[in-house]
Amino acid sequence: MSAPAWQDQLYDTLKRADIAQVGYVPDAGHARLIERCRADPGIHDVVLTTEEEGVALAAGAWLGGQRAALLMQSSGVGNCINMLSLMRTCRFPLLVFITMRGEWEEFNPWQVPMGSIVEPVLKLCEAEVHRVREPSEVKRTAERAVQRAFGDERIVAVLLSQQLIGKKVWTK
Amino acid sequence: MSLERRAAMAALVADRGEDLLVVPGLGSTTWDLAAAGDNPRNFYMWGAMGGTAMIGLGLALAQPGKRVAVITGDGEMLMGLGSLATIGVQRPPNLAVIVFDNAVYGETGGQPSHTQSGIDLVAVARSCGIGDCFDVRDEAGLADLAAGLKTLRATLFARVAIGAEEPPRVLPEKDGIALKQRFRAALGVKA
Repeated sequence: MSAPAWQDQLYDTLKRADIAQVGYVPDAGHARLIERCRADPGIHDVVLTTEEEGVALAAGAWLGGQRAALLMQSSGVGNCINMLSLMRTCRFPLLVFITMRGEWEEFNPWQVPMGSIVEPVLKLCEAEVHRVREPSEVKRTAERAVQRAFGDERIVAVLLSQQLIGKKVWTK
Repeated sequence: MSLERRAAMAALVADRGEDLLVVPGLGSTTWDLAAAGDNPRNFYMWGAMGGTAMIGLGLALAQPGKRVAVITGDGEMLMGLGSLATIGVQRPPNLAVIVFDNAVYGETGGQPSHTQSGIDLVAVARSCGIGDCFDVRDEAGLADLAAGLKTLRATLFARVAIGAEEPPRVLPEKDGIALKQRFRAALGVKA
């Protein structure tokens, strides 16, 4: 099955925004985007052991004059909370794309507790949160997120709904 | 055998030149770096425990023409142990991660850290694929490390055995925005 076009639009948006470092924990929803970043010699693709590493990575990148983006699944948001203090205290930009689990047609109930609180938790951390449900909204929302994160030096998260990504296939 | 922390820090940043960027960990290593002399190319940490090595990685990737030294404590490194695996995958040639190991959590009253029970940070770093590893226990070892840092050519990890003494705190600027801006201004970066 070919990847949906919106994933390539997301990659194009990162390139136009001069994103030079992309931190990620491997994720099915972001698989195509991760693959494209890995294939791009102009992007440092940094595979992380836990998502909070990516928050600190983005701070270091900005100190050194590069822009970073962070790709994660909704469960990874919980792993980042204390490290987000670094971004708030120092006003570092942080651009995060989050594939949602635990909502539309979720088969695995263990994904629900974190998935259900992603948005309020991020807002408590003073993040600007955008949600995308339709493929046609991805490009415009991602471009706005880039502008807000780096223009205003703040945390901006784009939540990619499970409805957009499609449900996980559990039996093969 | 162990080294005095302030003297060890001073030796590592002596005659540092404009191409050495230093990120200390929160607490004692930040006080040590401030005591060695303020510099806009220091990014002092007052929080973000467990994140210091990763800040160093992002900075090293962004500034390949500069040397980046993360100089943190054993407790701070232990909280971000996974970042050594992440650094082991990237291995930027301009990154040094140096851990001042006194085997205690000094800021919270001297409780034992994992290294007191034999957890070997040098072995961890080596198993994460970092080739240049130093276990510094005396003045000669410190001199070797300082020289290695001057001519950094490959990702370096060092554990420096320091005493558990707590010299008087030297508190640097704590306004994170100011620290960020002066650091970026010193590098002349815009993004």
